Amino acid sequence: MESVQARLARIPYAQFLGVKLELAGDEMTAILPFGRHIIGNPVLPAIHGGVLGAFMEMTALAQLLLTEGQERQPRVIDVSIEYLRSGRPLTTFARAEIKKVGRRIANVHVEAWQDRRAAPIAALRGHFLVSPTEVKP
Amino acid sequence: MSDHLELMRNLALGMNQGSPQALALKLETLSIDRDGSVLKVPYDEKLIGDPETGVIAGGVVTTLLDHACGQAVHAAMTEFKTIATLDLRIDYMRPAEPGKDIFAKAHCYKATRSVAFVRAVAYDDSPDDPVAAAQAAFMLDSSAGRGFGANLKPRKDRK
Repeated sequence: MESVQARLARIPYAQFLGVKLELAGDEMTAILPFGRHIIGNPVLPAIHGGVLGAFMEMTALAQLLLTEGQERQPRVIDVSIEYLRSGRPLTTFARAEIKKVGRRIANVHVEAWQDRRAAPIAALRGHFLVSPTEVKP
Repeated sequence: MSDHLELMRNLALGMNQGSPQALALKLETLSIDRDGSVLKVPYDEKLIGDPETGVIAGGVVTTLLDHACGQAVHAAMTEFKTIATLDLRIDYMRPAEPGKDIFAKAHCYKATRSVAFVRAVAYDDSPDDPVAAAQAAFMLDSSAGRGFGANLKPRKDRK
């Protein structure tokens, strides 16, 4: 089976953001290197909130692929993003915790931090469709 | 056209031209007034999230919605205040159609002295058939006392 990293390398948007994955067995840390193009507020400067949301979404998807070995990419149903501190011009890390995987739905929590793990800059909670049983309209 | 609208248009333009991420996504504000904002992100192959289908990444929709909500907040206020997203909830109803531009329509339905509440939809053809819907809360005057380059200094964190 294709590795999660190889899969990520084939996703144009992941490359656009510059997301990388570091694995220690089934424990995964996603890395978002700082780059000028991810700045939302040029005054402070701060990373765009949307980018942090996107990064955490991607972390959740990658963790699901890693632990569930999905053949097909899980689909996002909904996310709830909390912003705690502004994203400074530094490397951002994120880790996902799968709270529950059912037959079709998974619930995942993600936390993102920069220089201090104990001071997260954002968090995401989301539901994902893991088995692609398409509901025809 | 009122001075307020003129100011908002210029602010929206500044938020798109001055924000490297907005430039990278080629975000464009199609309309902005007291009722809210309409923004567009053009379809681009480098933003694809699923190479099998060519569907744009959900993260792009997330960023577009956040950006549109922010502009709707600015448009609803009578004076300029810095803002920061507190909380953003998004429901993804269906994948966007590959090859099509995506639009977001946002409306700030309530603003208090320190918080603004916004609703938004993202769509490719019609707001009545949304790709995603969002509900967000923003903190107003978020940069109080923090000026240019504040984020370049080490953080003085109060836990």
